[in-house]
Amino acid sequence: MNLPLAISETATATAVLFYALALMCAGSAVVVVVSRNIVRTAVALMFSLVGVAGLYFLLNAEFLAAVQLVVYAGGTLILMIFGVMLTSRSPTSRFEPSKSEVVVAVSIGVVLMVSLTAALLHWTRRNPPQSAPLTGEHPYAVAELGKALLGDYLVPFELASVLLLSVMIGAAYLAKGRRDLP
Amino acid sequence: MTIGLTHFLVLAAFLFVCGLMTILLKRNAIGILMGVELVLNAANVNLVAFNYYQHPGSAAHPLLTGQIFAIFIIVLAAAEAAVALAIFLSFYNSFSTIDVERANEMREQG
Amino acid sequence: MYLAHAHLATADQLIGRTLLDFLNLPDSLVVRSLFGVVVAVGVFVPTALLIAMLGIWWERKVAGHIQSRPGPNRVGPMGLLQSLADGIKLITKEDLRPAGADKLLFKLAPYLVFAPVFAVFIALPFGPDFVFEPRLSAGVFWILAMMSLEVVGVILAGWSSNNKWSVYGAMREACQMVSYEIPLGLSIIVGVMAAGTLNMVELGHLQQGGIHTWLIFQNPFAMLAFGVYFIASLASNKRAPFDLPESDSELVAGYHTEYSGMRFAFFYFAEYIAMFVIGGIQAGLFLGGWNDPFGIIGFLDARWRPVWQADPTFANAWPLMLLNIAGAGIFAIKCILVIFVQMWVRWTLPRPRIDQVLYTCIKVLLPLGCVLLLGAALWQLLIPPMPGVPWVDYNPYLPSDWSDKGSLGAYVAQMILANIGGAVVGTIVFWIFHARALDPTRRHKKRLTDPEPILT
Repeated sequence: MNLPLAISETATATAVLFYALALMCAGSAVVVVVSRNIVRTAVALMFSLVGVAGLYFLLNAEFLAAVQLVVYAGGTLILMIFGVMLTSRSPTSRFEPSKSEVVVAVSIGVVLMVSLTAALLHWTRRNPPQSAPLTGEHPYAVAELGKALLGDYLVPFELASVLLLSVMIGAAYLAKGRRDLP
Repeated sequence: MTIGLTHFLVLAAFLFVCGLMTILLKRNAIGILMGVELVLNAANVNLVAFNYYQHPGSAAHPLLTGQIFAIFIIVLAAAEAAVALAIFLSFYNSFSTIDVERANEMREQG
Repeated sequence: MYLAHAHLATADQLIGRTLLDFLNLPDSLVVRSLFGVVVAVGVFVPTALLIAMLGIWWERKVAGHIQSRPGPNRVGPMGLLQSLADGIKLITKEDLRPAGADKLLFKLAPYLVFAPVFAVFIALPFGPDFVFEPRLSAGVFWILAMMSLEVVGVILAGWSSNNKWSVYGAMREACQMVSYEIPLGLSIIVGVMAAGTLNMVELGHLQQGGIHTWLIFQNPFAMLAFGVYFIASLASNKRAPFDLPESDSELVAGYHTEYSGMRFAFFYFAEYIAMFVIGGIQAGLFLGGWNDPFGIIGFLDARWRPVWQADPTFANAWPLMLLNIAGAGIFAIKCILVIFVQMWVRWTLPRPRIDQVLYTCIKVLLPLGCVLLLGAALWQLLIPPMPGVPWVDYNPYLPSDWSDKGSLGAYVAQMILANIGGAVVGTIVFWIFHARALDPTRRHKKRLTDPEPILT
């Protein structure tokens, strides 16, 4: 039923999408590193998370992309912004790292990036990927995800729920403050 | 140009390095937490990319190991962010600042 | 449990192929992208603006009539051009920015609120083929994700205004919206469990057999889940009675105090489009989507679609297009009905305090949602669900077809619940008409003097 496009055209479309999303991700990550205002850092992190969700859509992980948006961008990030609002003395206060720390951090970052990229290129040249290149087709995998979560991966699923319960109790206790305790 | 596994791995490496530099460079504790979230996202991108390119299974029985791993990492990252923020709030209540350079005492305040 | 994915893997591109045939264009990436852009800009943007403007007008009319006054009736017939006049006023206002506000975030916040709400139109099923992306296998969840993203924009708006009242409004609002996402999600899960799919097009096809196949009548827990979803969506959209973030008497205007002109208009548009989108989810998931209560559209669709699939020419396509247009109209009517009930509730109920709002969420709706989830799961364990797509796999009006596939219990339950639901709705509609038109003691009082005309 689908009108099949030529494979090179679909590859171009996904290449454009990939580079746009990767630019958004990487650019926002750079803003997270560089920005001195903590709220702008949070907004840049949001754009990075939304970019990663877009990449998941490209990789056929649609449910995971929606989970990323709901939990990360719509939950964890809001929690962090709440933390920022509750712990800031004034909206313009900022802490600057010292010059030597900046030099050390940037050099570590550059060295790590170069070595990781070299290692990755070396590895993928030796082990070419087995499956077909990215074309953006969408098999329906949400049912399979559900069956796997409640089938093969039932024990981690239950452990995660116990962990979340303990985290809820612990966080509520920790954030209560010492004044109320006997 | 065909997008391959390498592209995703390089992007994930870049996100990882950015997250690491955020952890090293920020003095605001919540900024450090944001760096940790970037690192976890980089790991997730890696997992989902490997799931698509190396272990997709077949059309009838897709293998979703990478995606399930990524879902659990997202869940755990949310839990860890909650606990970390509770600790930071406690710290702020005691020391009136969120600067990690000031967290250099072992003794309880007051 | 019906898990249909064959339909998804080859989504019928009725609109695309018909238009390509009609206009004699070659099929290529550029043409397809152009078509997508034209639909997004030429159809969705005007629809969104129209929804917002008509919504604002209708809200003021409903508010007026509930308060025994006529509402806007000067500008245009029945005051229809009032929204246009308001729009002109908002555009020509001065673009203010508070002194200490963060410039970039202050300007970014309205767009961050508007964009996710507008992005939901991708998944809304206006018709079996009038869906922007029918292969979105996590359609319902995508809509939920977009509603969660809206919270970030609201918090940023409050924070970047450099105004204590805005920050209070933003924090209250974020607290409320995030807390109410839990009952929202739980009630959606009850509906999705009854259907077995997250895809909006599949959900529409599953309900095409007539009013008794609608998912709200699947089991009594789904009916209660519809109610829980309605209440939670009111809070999620910051509508009264949960409109503390914009409570005019307490916080000036909450998180959008410092916004004026078109920036404020974006927040307003986002609220009304979110109302439509929420109505869209309720219509698509619980109230049958684009289907009429008799199953006629589903019947015709099941007859005409295989003909088109076998021979995709324009002659076979235009009946399906007409069906799609009828379905889109029915979907819009259902959304409008839900919006009307939302407005009705707003102008009837008083506003609770923030602790009462959170009490309702965490101590009433959350346990209720969990109980509904458990109950719906047990119900489906004991009573088999619908046996497939109506009119394609079975005839939904013949009990023998249902019992052949072992679902006679489901048929009986759904018929009973459908009749109860229809009786309740009919009673309410009759009551409204009786109060409005038939009751002779509710005449309008005669004016003492006629009002003077505005323009001489």
